Amino acid sequence: MNIILIGGDQTTYFLAREFLSQGHQVTLINRDPEDSRIMYQKLKATVLLGEGSDPETLEQAGARSADVLIAMTPHDHDNLVACQVAGLQFELPRTIALVNDPENESIFQDLGISVAFSATRIIASLLNQQTRFAAITHLMTLGQGQISLTEVLLSASSPVAGKTLHEIDLPENFLVAAILREDVVLVPRGPTRLAAGDKLILVGAQADFKTILKQLAGE
Amino acid sequence: MYVVIVGCGRLGTLLADGLSVAGHDVVVIDRHEASFRSLSPEFSGFRLTGDATEYALLKSAEIERADCLMATCSEDTLNLMVAQVARHVFGVACVLARVHQPAFGAIFKNAGIEIISPTQLALDAFRERLDAGATKRP
Repeated sequence: MNIILIGGDQTTYFLAREFLSQGHQVTLINRDPEDSRIMYQKLKATVLLGEGSDPETLEQAGARSADVLIAMTPHDHDNLVACQVAGLQFELPRTIALVNDPENESIFQDLGISVAFSATRIIASLLNQQTRFAAITHLMTLGQGQISLTEVLLSASSPVAGKTLHEIDLPENFLVAAILREDVVLVPRGPTRLAAGDKLILVGAQADFKTILKQLAGE
Repeated sequence: MYVVIVGCGRLGTLLADGLSVAGHDVVVIDRHEASFRSLSPEFSGFRLTGDATEYALLKSAEIERADCLMATCSEDTLNLMVAQVARHVFGVACVLARVHQPAFGAIFKNAGIEIISPTQLALDAFRERLDAGATKRP
């Protein structure tokens, strides 16, 4: 893939390095001369000194043929406009923006950005998930945080241990996608009987997770 | 009219003073409190210190009630963002943004906001004077 990355901090650098090691082509845009020099010395990537929202700079960066643009500066307005210019002027198919104010996440999507992500929200939700129940590992969220993929370890005291999925009245918008039992992956069906020590991989609406966790963990 | 002005620099100050004296309800927003010192003693509107790209700040300015929002900061990207949020999230009918980079005019022409480009205005004025001078010459 051909990736344009806008930003100058450590995260941008390591992200560029990661993409390069995966075999992608990376072009960096950065407004700071010193940051640009360091990036150029350390990475096998094209580094452009300039504004990520400037149409000329984007043109030079190959916005016409790029597959994705990622804007990660500390300024929401710079990230928004860079993504919009890339989309409107260069018809770049996929634009991703970091939002610093979590409330801008949905606003950016309304304004035509393919994906807007908030580091604040991701870290806050990880922390919430981790501290609430020890036996629950939050794996990832999808669809702007609305869908959650979560692993739950069933303890011996779990009210559902020993029951089949048929017998448990799971909420409608939840799915037990897989069960890990002593390193064996089971794809669960109705008659599958749950046992203490099972790790359940759950997919469902983030908002309703509390209900199902209570049911499974008995807390 | 209820007018929200974002940026209290030279343009923002003149707009805020003039509209306030003309009897409009004016709120002027700037990141730095010191910027408000340039407002005239006759200014009777509100001063709001903060970052206009923060949703909560625009909400506290009751921007959904505004008849017009004017984005006059020195940064084009900031004006473009605030103007689009005012238009599409808060439904403000009249949104004006000062944008220096002439290329943005064409790119954002369908964004529902009105872009005022100092470069374009100067260009038009220069051309107009030139054309007027050329026709006057005997």
